[in-house]
Amino acid sequence: MHWSLIVYAGIITFMTRFSMIFLLKKDILNNKAKKILSFVPAAIFPAIIFPPIFLDDAGTVDLENNPKILAAIFAIIVGYFSKNIIATIFAGLISYWFLIFFYF
Amino acid sequence: MNNKSKFLIKGVMDVSPLMIPVFPFGIIYGVIGMDLGIGPYMTLGLSIIIFGGASQIVLLQLFSGGASSLVILSSVGAVNARHVLYGAVLSEHLSDLKLFWKIILSYVMTDQAFAVSNDYFKKNNKDNNQHYHLLGSGFTCWIIWQISTILGIVLGSVVPEELGLSFTISLTFLALLISDFRKFKNIIVMLVSGLTATIGFNIIPFKAYIIVAALTALVVAALLTLTDVEKK
Repeated sequence: MHWSLIVYAGIITFMTRFSMIFLLKKDILNNKAKKILSFVPAAIFPAIIFPPIFLDDAGTVDLENNPKILAAIFAIIVGYFSKNIIATIFAGLISYWFLIFFYF
Repeated sequence: MNNKSKFLIKGVMDVSPLMIPVFPFGIIYGVIGMDLGIGPYMTLGLSIIIFGGASQIVLLQLFSGGASSLVILSSVGAVNARHVLYGAVLSEHLSDLKLFWKIILSYVMTDQAFAVSNDYFKKNNKDNNQHYHLLGSGFTCWIIWQISTILGIVLGSVVPEELGLSFTISLTFLALLISDFRKFKNIIVMLVSGLTATIGFNIIPFKAYIIVAALTALVVAALLTLTDVEKK
């Protein structure tokens, strides 16, 4: 690997982060656009969450032999009621360990 | 204590719990870099120059698979394209800053830093120094990422695969959405995003499934808000 490849990848990554912060001026976005942008976390994070949970190493959907789905549901329930980020992460992780140890 | 350091410390504290899964992820990244034989300097160099965990691993995978530079760079761009949306969201709070600040804050803007600082800005949208919150959250991510990369390089495979630490990454992002679970429109948007990504994972080239799913979900969000009455 050449360092040039790493530098180019770094520049591309930086530009994804910098472009909008640099280009968008204050109050350029109307309320409608702000309203839609408020959905950005809800629009992006599930795209990061779903594939590793539902797909196996071969990339096919695995619904039966899959403790991650049950652990994620448990984490959602704990998150819904506790509204606590740390409790949600640990509820999912501990229930996952419990499931792979006893059932899967 | 002046309010700059107050914001800085708040940013560090808010993002800290999210660093629990980042630490093993960084170790795993360091191990992968060494296993693929790019050496300690390049492994750490990627973490410093790119500073984006998922895209670094994608870059290494494609490189070891013999992909061309064009494919590698396109994929890095596609994996990181979500940051464009983060930038658009945060620009409202950062637009008055000097160019130097915009450069520094862009460099450290990770998923986790964006999530906690965006929440903070929404609640606290008045103070001139609130960008110190993003500096605190972003640099916490940066330091943890560099230390864990170095540990992965030095220690090798100390993190057993069976512990399911990759699953912890999913759980972190899930935990960041807990305030959305009670909003019906947000649930629809989340399901559209997740299902599009799962279906598109194998179909969409250049690992672009995240940004494709995100844009699809935002179109749905736009349709859902069409009926809302405009508030001034």
